[in-house]
Amino acid sequence: MSDPPKGCARLTGAVIGGGPESNTPGAPETTRKEATVTARVGQKAPDFTAPAYFRGGFTSVSLSGFAGKWVLLCFYPGDFTFV
Amino acid sequence: MSAVADNYAALQKLGCEVVSVSVDSHFVHKMWNDHELVKMVDGGVPFHMASDQAGNVGRAYGVWDEAQGIELRGRFLIDPDGVTQAMEVMTPPVGRRLAETVRQVQAFQHVRKSQGNEATPAGWMPGDPTLTPGPDLVGNVWKVWKPGAERVGV
Repeated sequence: MSDPPKGCARLTGAVIGGGPESNTPGAPETTRKEATVTARVGQKAPDFTAPAYFRGGFTSVSLSGFAGKWVLLCFYPGDFTFV
Repeated sequence: MSAVADNYAALQKLGCEVVSVSVDSHFVHKMWNDHELVKMVDGGVPFHMASDQAGNVGRAYGVWDEAQGIELRGRFLIDPDGVTQAMEVMTPPVGRRLAETVRQVQAFQHVRKSQGNEATPAGWMPGDPTLTPGPDLVGNVWKVWKPGAERVGV
């Protein structure tokens, strides 16, 4: 969807539009604040961007990239777990 | 996740995309896909497997488990306007049942198509009658819907 992640930087997902108070990777600890839960039914789902594995390649994915489609967003505890 | 991957075609038929998220890196996602999931699902995982190592996305969705540093099992159904229509969060040992998720996609799509004029009663399946909320329906739901549609046996 956008530029694939490069190199060895430790990449992580980030909420879009969280403002300077959102958890920025590498930001000094003092500037970090707990992001507040914003996901609620009937409300706009928090947009995010995250590095992703997709069909053999590395890319980045964002929720807003699927605007106009239904999206099933599935969180799970971890790869190689049993359920 | 293999169950979702296995039923991806059904979700695609409904115009529903899938994104999975965990705290594993995208490199680990590749390893899991290549070494295990590809043995469960023909061709491997067909959707984006997103990585959220710092839990930022999980926090925003209320599925971040601070003590374990993982994301709880949570699924969110988001409509074409980006609005969350349904959510379900579970502790890790119990897996989801995708058939119910698919039913909800169909129900929410039906309601959306009716521009909110119709509602789907408990236990509704595609093809079943819907309810049209309005003055005529007040006190008359019993005429058009019986609870027998959802008889649970234990």
